[in-house]
Amino acid sequence: MSAHHPDDDHSHLDAMTLRVRALETVLTEKGYVDPAALDELIDIYENRVGPKNGARVVARAWSDPAYRARLMENGTEAIRELGYAGRQGEHLVVVENTPGVHNMVVCTLCSCYPWPVLGLPPVWYKSAPYRSRAVNDPRGVLAEFGVELPEGTEINVWDSTSEMRYLVLPMRPEGTEGWSEEDLAALVTRDAMIGTGLPLSPEEVPA
Amino acid sequence: MRPREASALDALPALPRDDDGPVFAEPWQASAFAMTLALSERGVFSWAEWVDTFSGELKRAAEAGTPDDGSRYYHHWLAALERLIAEKGLADPAILVDARDAWDRAAKATPHGKPIGLSPDDLARIRDAG
Repeated sequence: MSAHHPDDDHSHLDAMTLRVRALETVLTEKGYVDPAALDELIDIYENRVGPKNGARVVARAWSDPAYRARLMENGTEAIRELGYAGRQGEHLVVVENTPGVHNMVVCTLCSCYPWPVLGLPPVWYKSAPYRSRAVNDPRGVLAEFGVELPEGTEINVWDSTSEMRYLVLPMRPEGTEGWSEEDLAALVTRDAMIGTGLPLSPEEVPA
Repeated sequence: MRPREASALDALPALPRDDDGPVFAEPWQASAFAMTLALSERGVFSWAEWVDTFSGELKRAAEAGTPDDGSRYYHHWLAALERLIAEKGLADPAILVDARDAWDRAAKATPHGKPIGLSPDDLARIRDAG
């Protein structure tokens, strides 16, 4: 980033920017990367993929039992049907919440995450506390996220890897009978699909 | 009143939180991310190799006591990328240092607010070094 120095009228690049620019220059000159392709990648992840994709998948599963069956059978293929495929979406497994079982996703080693349906992970997902506590104390983590589950509910924690990524299919909120897929999708939050949240109830939908 | 008994939970670090903040906090993070993807897609390294290197970097940082609340995520990411590039022999570390210095000189020679670019001499030297 550029920053103005009060003592002169020249530019300054911070240490991280210098390291990244040096890499980009050398890799570009050697033909390993193409700056235009890098800009395109950044645009995709800043603007075009995100949890709205996953919300559409969940809303379709809530509305269409045949789709739901395909999604549970082969997540990657069923998600591809809706046009979401590509990087970090090669082996997507959908895990389904039920009244007796709640699912939660973590990557204990780093930050593997289902990019095509959720975009890039939030800061807390990448943090050491979440990565360790999700496994050791899932109920405590859920409480911090404001989620209280009935005592008898079993919590399954799924550890993502570079080969296997998980998407939680939350339970459809009550009072949504007859809703369109579009309206249902508005109830599906990012955290509900990681398992650290629940979908919004009809009363919670922003007008 | 009895003091509250310490529970195991008190010993656990709090979770950092964010709502739908920006995907990248600064442009260099976006560039580091995009270069990693581009190199992996070119087959220079596999994504499994990347995850291996990156998780090793996170583990080293944790062992060194670096606070890992997610805010230094891309610092670790860049360190892992530099490590993997060195391991694969993609770029001579001396050339990287040279390029870093060249960008630093270029910034300092550029009036504030003007685009910063490498001089033709610097660019030619970096290209020839390959």
